[in-house]
Amino acid sequence: MARIQNIIGKRSNWSFPYAVFLILFVALPMVLIMGYAFVKEGGGFTFSNITRFFTDSDALSTFAVSIEIALETTAICLLLGYPVAWLLANSKFNKSSITIVIFILPMWINALMRTLATADLFNMLGITLGKGTLLFGMVYDYLPFMIYPIYNVLRRMDPSYAEAAQDLGAKPAKVFTSVTLPLSLPGITSGIMMVFMPTVSTFAISEFLTNNKIKLFGTIIQENINSSMWSYGAALSFIMLIIIGLTSLLTSSSEEDNVAEGGLI
Amino acid sequence: MSEDIIISLDHVSKWFGEKRVLKDVSLNIKRGEFVTILGPSGCGKTTTLRIIAGFETPDEGNISIGGNLMNDVQPHKRPVNTVFQRYALFPHLNVFDNIAFGLKLKGMSRSEIETRVMRVLKMVSMTDYEWRNVDSLSGGQQQRVAIARAIVNQPAVLLLDEPLSALDHKMRKDMQIELKQMHKQLGITFVYVTHDQEEALTLSDTVVVMNNGVIQQIGSPTDIYNEPVNCFVADFIGESNIFNATMIEDRKVSFMGHEFECVDEGFGENVPVDVVVRPEDIYIMPKTDKGQFDGVVASCIFKGVHYEITVNTPDGYELMIQDYNPFEAGMEVSMIIKPNDIQVMRKERICNTFEGEMTDESHVEILGGEFECLPQEGLSAGDKVRVEVDFDKVDLTDDKRDGTCEGDIRFILYKADHYHLHVRAVNREYIYVDTQDVWEDRDIVGINIRPEDMRITRIEEGAQA
Repeated sequence: MARIQNIIGKRSNWSFPYAVFLILFVALPMVLIMGYAFVKEGGGFTFSNITRFFTDSDALSTFAVSIEIALETTAICLLLGYPVAWLLANSKFNKSSITIVIFILPMWINALMRTLATADLFNMLGITLGKGTLLFGMVYDYLPFMIYPIYNVLRRMDPSYAEAAQDLGAKPAKVFTSVTLPLSLPGITSGIMMVFMPTVSTFAISEFLTNNKIKLFGTIIQENINSSMWSYGAALSFIMLIIIGLTSLLTSSSEEDNVAEGGLI
Repeated sequence: MSEDIIISLDHVSKWFGEKRVLKDVSLNIKRGEFVTILGPSGCGKTTTLRIIAGFETPDEGNISIGGNLMNDVQPHKRPVNTVFQRYALFPHLNVFDNIAFGLKLKGMSRSEIETRVMRVLKMVSMTDYEWRNVDSLSGGQQQRVAIARAIVNQPAVLLLDEPLSALDHKMRKDMQIELKQMHKQLGITFVYVTHDQEEALTLSDTVVVMNNGVIQQIGSPTDIYNEPVNCFVADFIGESNIFNATMIEDRKVSFMGHEFECVDEGFGENVPVDVVVRPEDIYIMPKTDKGQFDGVVASCIFKGVHYEITVNTPDGYELMIQDYNPFEAGMEVSMIIKPNDIQVMRKERICNTFEGEMTDESHVEILGGEFECLPQEGLSAGDKVRVEVDFDKVDLTDDKRDGTCEGDIRFILYKADHYHLHVRAVNREYIYVDTQDVWEDRDIVGINIRPEDMRITRIEEGAQA
């Protein structure tokens, strides 16, 4: 009995169930991906799956399109999201903390359902599905992920920074560009990561909102795996993992500890 | 208006929602003066400073700087610079760029900026720190940079919002001396906000004491200390013994059951007043016939330079006395107070006065509650009345449900043999209470008044008369 109490009493033991979950569903699949990506069918190490990607012009162009769409989505989200976050964080315009919930509210509905509904809406209105509708769907799905971290940083920013700038002679526009904007960079980087990472890997949105006219990198991975091309699919997944890893490394090394201030990461 | 007035607040009021944080504040600040606005937190001192800086606009009244009306002038166009309470140094800029911020906005040349920044860095003893990240500086160093960033713009007025409150005691003392020197050297006007009375007395040419959004007294540090105009100022600045007293005639005042000679005149005869005596102004000696009154030492604490002695008199008064000699507890002593050291102040009020309305013949509504009163002949429901209650006839209860209405204690003044409390009732009106009981600031209490202790008179309405 005392032993059981000892086990429960030690706080670090509480992480045990989650550790098991991590090993089974995160670490093990990673090992499997590596295994499939770097192991020949008969056994033995190989780079051929990786090199195949660099000679596969279809895959390369899809990859380029994916990056392009992700960059565009992120840029649109930033341009739309920053002013919204600024207005929400400004007590002069937003008197109630409930307003932010309205902007987060769409996230309460499953992304697939929203995407399907958007597709139906476009069909009903007779709008041809294509890049435009894809970007719309992407921005619609991921905009809250841009707004929230920026809002968080702006809301927590000491108003005396802006006042100090004003006091020293800065006009409102100058206060924004020289103080508010640079000080909200941690929120911006956090928002960029939150939007860029999922958009570069998504495939469901492009499937529904372009009728598979535009293929994204995620789509090819899914197609390869669906048609039992496990090794090539795994190699492509591995490449994507590297891309995502690099983006988070780049954004976090530029801001180091400040990224945490974004609130979501 | 005189030429050398640089800042003038003229009947300024400010509301934050329902709350009136500044009530009809008028203040003139002379060019080159070191003015301190002093008061407890929430007294309106920071709001006053923010109105001068332009971060708040007055709801009523006018603010002018250098003779120009400034009510609607944006902060960036005012000839003032501020040192913020938490410094507000820009964390993304280094020391040089922080200080150069204002100069760059003025479009000054690079070489001119460099000369000026180096000059102020030298002035605040921070030479060689110009390329440092502001986050890597200590509190005191950040403070210096914040001052440098403000004065480099050569403002006509420097505003300082509790600039030393984040520093430790020793550091604060050093900075006080440096600020004083800087003021002399620059020759510009300093407006300094603090809740630290010692700081205010040390630094200023003029002290402005504020409480509850109202200026209580404006004067030199010695005036404020030696001749406080009311109990609040006396209690807030330094230690004091405060008594209920009666001005018997010119130069004769009675308190603690004794008559004392004083130097005050013109109060009238047999008028209730307040008296303040500073602890260092009561002369204490072993029991002798030559004393004006006697007492017994209750405690004696060594305070470094002096001893702080608590003495009880036979009539139940407790005095605080400072002396360089120790007196043992239990010792019988005699005391003398010289005429010069007795400061007589007019009482702001001698009893509570409320305006209310009868709800029936034996109930009156005041303070947001319905109080029972003695049956009033000739008064009926709806009649407007004035109710008077003596301070010592108000009963406070621990449990707010035991009271006819509830209130919270906003100010406590010890008056030698009792406490004088300001209690804010639910309708935001104040009731003033004399009590022997010990209460704490912000305690929530119930308020009771016995029917026979209320003096009720009808308010004759002008229209009917």
